[in-house]
This record gives sequence, C-alpha cells and structure tokens, in this order.
Amino acid sequence: MSENMTYREAVREGIRKAMQEDERVFMMGEDVGRYGGCFAVSMGLQEAFGPERIIDTPLSESAFTGAGIGAALNGMRPIVEIMTTNFSLLALDQIMNNAATLLHMSGGQFNVPLVIRMATGGGKQLAAQHSHSFEGWFAHIPGLKVLTPASVQDAYDMIALGLADPDPVLIFENSLLYNSKGELDTAATALPIGKALVHRSGKDLSILAYGINLFKALEAAETLAAEGIDAEVIDLRSLRPLDDKTIMASVKKTHRVMIVDEGWKSGSISAEIMARINEQAFFELDAPMRRVCTQEVPLPYAKHLEDAAIPQPEKIVATARELMEEL
Amino acid sequence: MKMNLELAKTFYRQMLLIRRFEEKSVELYSNEKIRGFLHLYIGEEAVAVGVMHALNEEDAVLATYREHGQALARGVSAKSIMAEMYGKLEGCSRGRGGSMHLFDAATRFYGGSAIVAGSLPLAVGMALADKMMKRKRVTVCFFGDGAVAEGEFHESLNLAVLWQLPVLFVCENNRYAMGTALALTESETDISKKAAAYKMTSVQVDGMDVIEVAKAAEKAAADIRTGKGPAFIECLTYRFRAHSMFDAELYRDKAEVKEWKEKDPLTVLQNILEKKKIWADIDLGKLEKEVSAVIDEAVEFAENGTLEPVSDLEKFVYSEEAVQ
Repeated sequence: MSENMTYREAVREGIRKAMQEDERVFMMGEDVGRYGGCFAVSMGLQEAFGPERIIDTPLSESAFTGAGIGAALNGMRPIVEIMTTNFSLLALDQIMNNAATLLHMSGGQFNVPLVIRMATGGGKQLAAQHSHSFEGWFAHIPGLKVLTPASVQDAYDMIALGLADPDPVLIFENSLLYNSKGELDTAATALPIGKALVHRSGKDLSILAYGINLFKALEAAETLAAEGIDAEVIDLRSLRPLDDKTIMASVKKTHRVMIVDEGWKSGSISAEIMARINEQAFFELDAPMRRVCTQEVPLPYAKHLEDAAIPQPEKIVATARELMEEL
Repeated sequence: MKMNLELAKTFYRQMLLIRRFEEKSVELYSNEKIRGFLHLYIGEEAVAVGVMHALNEEDAVLATYREHGQALARGVSAKSIMAEMYGKLEGCSRGRGGSMHLFDAATRFYGGSAIVAGSLPLAVGMALADKMMKRKRVTVCFFGDGAVAEGEFHESLNLAVLWQLPVLFVCENNRYAMGTALALTESETDISKKAAAYKMTSVQVDGMDVIEVAKAAEKAAADIRTGKGPAFIECLTYRFRAHSMFDAELYRDKAEVKEWKEKDPLTVLQNILEKKKIWADIDLGKLEKEVSAVIDEAVEFAENGTLEPVSDLEKFVYSEEAVQ
C-alpha cells in the first residue's frame, strides 16, 4: 500500500522503522533530539525513543562520528547524522582513516556496520561553507558505500539498506529534496545498493543523474520530448559502487551520453563515469560525452550567481541539444 | 593489589618479553625482515603490563602505532605479531597492517592506530555501546602525550564524561611527540589536569613502576565497572630508543636518556621485589630462557609463514557477505 509523503517524512519513517525493529539501532548528531533535527528529519523521534537512542551531541563531528564507528565495532547499528556534508570534513579523519580502513587493515576481523547521513547540495543562498556537494569525493574511497536517494521511496529504503549492510554506508540527502513529495510503498522490496534505476526510458540520449538533479534531468527530458528528442534518464542512486551494467546498457542503446552532477567537474564522479564509459563502451559512442556540473567556484550567496553556478534544467536542455547536433 | 611471587613473576616476565621482543625486532629490521615503520616500546613496558593486569577477557583495548607492548601484554601471540611484521598471511592482521596496525579479535585488541588521537573517539563509541547494552565491560584507550594537542582528545574526553561512559584513558607521557618536547607544544604540561578539567577522575602515576600503574589501573577499572564513569591515568614514562628507525635523536640530551634509563621498569621492579624479599625466589635465567624460546618460536613461525596470494589483494575492502 502506498502513501504520499515528503522526503523528510520518508527518511524519518525509515529511521523509525529501523529503531522499532532493532534495539541496536540508535541515532546521534547535532540537534537531532530536542531540536528535532536541523532539517526537522528527526522531529518527534526523541519523544518516541528517548534521549538514550536519539542522542544530542556536542559540535564534535570527529568525536561523534568516531564514536559511531566504535559503537558499530562493538555490536551496535548506529546512524550518525552530520548536519551537512560541509561539516563532514571535520570528521574526515574518522571516516577515511578508520571507518573505511578497519576491515582491511585488520585482515577482515573488524567490520564497521555504520550509517552516516548528511545533507548535501546548494540552491538555498547559503554560500560557500554550507552549499557544497562532496558525495563524489567520498565515492573515491574504497571501503565506503555512497548512496544518493532522490525519490521518496529511496529516502525510506536506503536507511534500511544502509543498516543491513555490514560496512560503512554514507547517505547524502539533498536538502532541497526534504520538502519534495512522492509515493512511498513500505511493503515494496527495496532496490539493492549498487543498482541504478532507469526513470524514463528513451532512445536518443542517456542522461545520468543522481539526487536532486534527477528531477532537473526529468524536467529537461520533458522539454526535449516536445522537440522530438527522446531522452533516457537514469538515477544512479549509488555513487559507490556504480552500476556499470545499467550505465553501459543505456550507452549501447542511445549512443549519446550526458551526466548531470552537482559536484565540480575536476576529478568528479562525472569524470569517473566518463572514464568508465570510455573503458567499457567507447565504440558505442556516436558523439563526445557531455557534462553539466557545478561551475568551478566556491558557491556564492547572491541568487543569480548561485543559480548560474549549479546545474539547471535549461542548461541540461541546451547541453542535450548540442549533444544531439553532433554528427 | 597484593604482591606475591606469582604476580611478580608475571609482571617481570611480561616486561622482559616485550623488551626482548623489541630488541629482536630491531635486529630483524636491520636485516630487512621487517619493513615500514617500527616504533619500539623499550622503556615503557610497565605501562602496558600494569594496565592490562586490571582487565578481563571481555574488556577491549585500543592502542597506538607503538603497540607491540600492549598487544603482547594483552595476550596477542608473539608468533602472530612477528608474522604480521613479516607481512605474512599468518600475521594477526594477515599482513595488511604491519607493525603499526596489530589487530586481534580473540583478545579484543582493536589496533594499532597510526593517526595520533584517532582511536579516542572509537573508544568512546565502544564504551557507549557497552553502556547502552548494559554490559559491564571496560574499554581502554592508550595514547601518547602528542595526542593531547589534537582536537579529538578534547572532544572525546568531553563526550566520555558527559555520557558517563565506561572508558579508561591511558596517556603514555613519554615527554616527546616524535621529536618535540611537551613543553614546546602545551601551555599546560600536566596532562592529568587537562582530564580533570573535564570533570574526569584523573591521576598521574610513575609509569616506570609497574606496580604503581597496576594499582591505578585496578582502581580505575573497578570504579568504571561500578558505573562511576570514565577515568584517566597519566603514566610518566620514557622511550629509551629513538622514535622510529629513522630518528637520529637530535632533540634530546644523552644525559636525559641516561637519567631515565636508571629508572628502567625492569630495574625498578627488581628493586621493589628485592626489598620485599621476593626477588631471590625468581630465577631470572629461567625467565630469560622462557622468553627467548617464545621469541625464537615467533621468528621461526614468521619465517615459515606464507605470503597471501596477490589474487586476494582486494579482499576485506568490503565484508564477504556484502560482496555481490
């Protein structure tokens, strides 16, 4: 049975369900309890589960993320909420040097079943220390899994997928999606980690996107459809592991590819996807691949400048047209 | 703690094992059997041995990159540690960690961390799990004086007290963060005071005296087990050897080293036992022989160990059950 709700509510319900089903699950982070979460995701959860399981932390990203790793090592299934990915850099040592390495460094003895959730993305005029998208960066690191829920269904499912995974899973929730609405079917079988989803089937070009850019790409696809261009739109869902199979199948079908990524171009996940397509499906391409990424600037405050810096449907449409004009 | 012949022998034997193991490690490093970084525990043996005495099997230990001593005192086998330093499959971390990253699930030895202060948050989290699950365990976290300058030290101490967690912080103050003296890096050089400032039960002990360390650890562990929250022990100690094998020791006086060598933890214990009239009953030659046999066996085990096939290189990046 499906129900219409916001992305925010879906994350909350995902957490609620996990906490009801497994006493090892708890959540900690800044303002997740009494305040209800910076983005109101955990509103009401502390009343439901008590301050021992929805734990307010000091502004000590490194310590509480590390504590999440320690608790995971010692039998718990913690969810650590880092307010935004910008602040996750304060916990980078713990994420990279401990969470991602312990299993390997210990010769397989100590796995870290930890979920770290964080908000990501720009578009709210919050300037250069609150607006960046670092999910592509984290996807560089062996030992981590990086999920980017776009749909309400995934916002819910990915909590359970992350908690069921024996290794550290990072979930990036684009903060502009929290108010978006969609259908949630709590009885549906979740699409596993590492599977991309073809959202719109098309034959002329493939648009690969994740997070909020899935919706910008779908909007662009509608505009393109009116012009007679039939775009296939794929939600990557997981940046590590990447679903090479679904990506290559789409390349073989449309022979034209563009990627939409809110990270910067240089050294980005979009660059990685292009490299993989070159390696695995180069001769399927009818035209050079294109990208719509964030301009290479720290994100500015002024709305017109920020809008110009991050991917927009108009830019996706224009880039798609160029791609289709290539012989 | 009641000192008797059995305990005296155990302490002396464990410290001697660490001492001789480290001396053998230097030799093997020179022979290029061991590579990478090698940080020796010589001079600091009383700290690991004293603290481990206070622990039970179900307690957990986290240590630093200078952790051969902790691993041995915790009961990780000399064979598996040596094989690890040889990079062999039979090593306690399957050759994935080396000297700085010894891990052993059987003794709940959680490494071997080479990011200074990086394991303090982990210890806090392990203790949090125990508290949430109402387990009467203690998590012990070893770190050096260098860690005190890191933010993670302060964040972790604050959390541990704030949440009243069953964690024992053991600071091995050997006076130097690599080559920089404590006085050059800290405005307050009494580290135990920093812990006390977080409202933590905190003591400073002579880290060259295994009995003093053991007494302090016993009390701290007992308090922690009865739910009194975290505790902090600062052990004043000294590293007799260089920081690592790449250290010319230009930063400290030979006189200072000599002065501390007079406080050698083995000598200190011997003196105490002599006063207590226990020493005469200890057969040092026999202990040396036993220790030597353990080390010979470890070296032989490591020499005969196997190299993990390169085809296994990418194993343990993710758990087997997660690999699709």
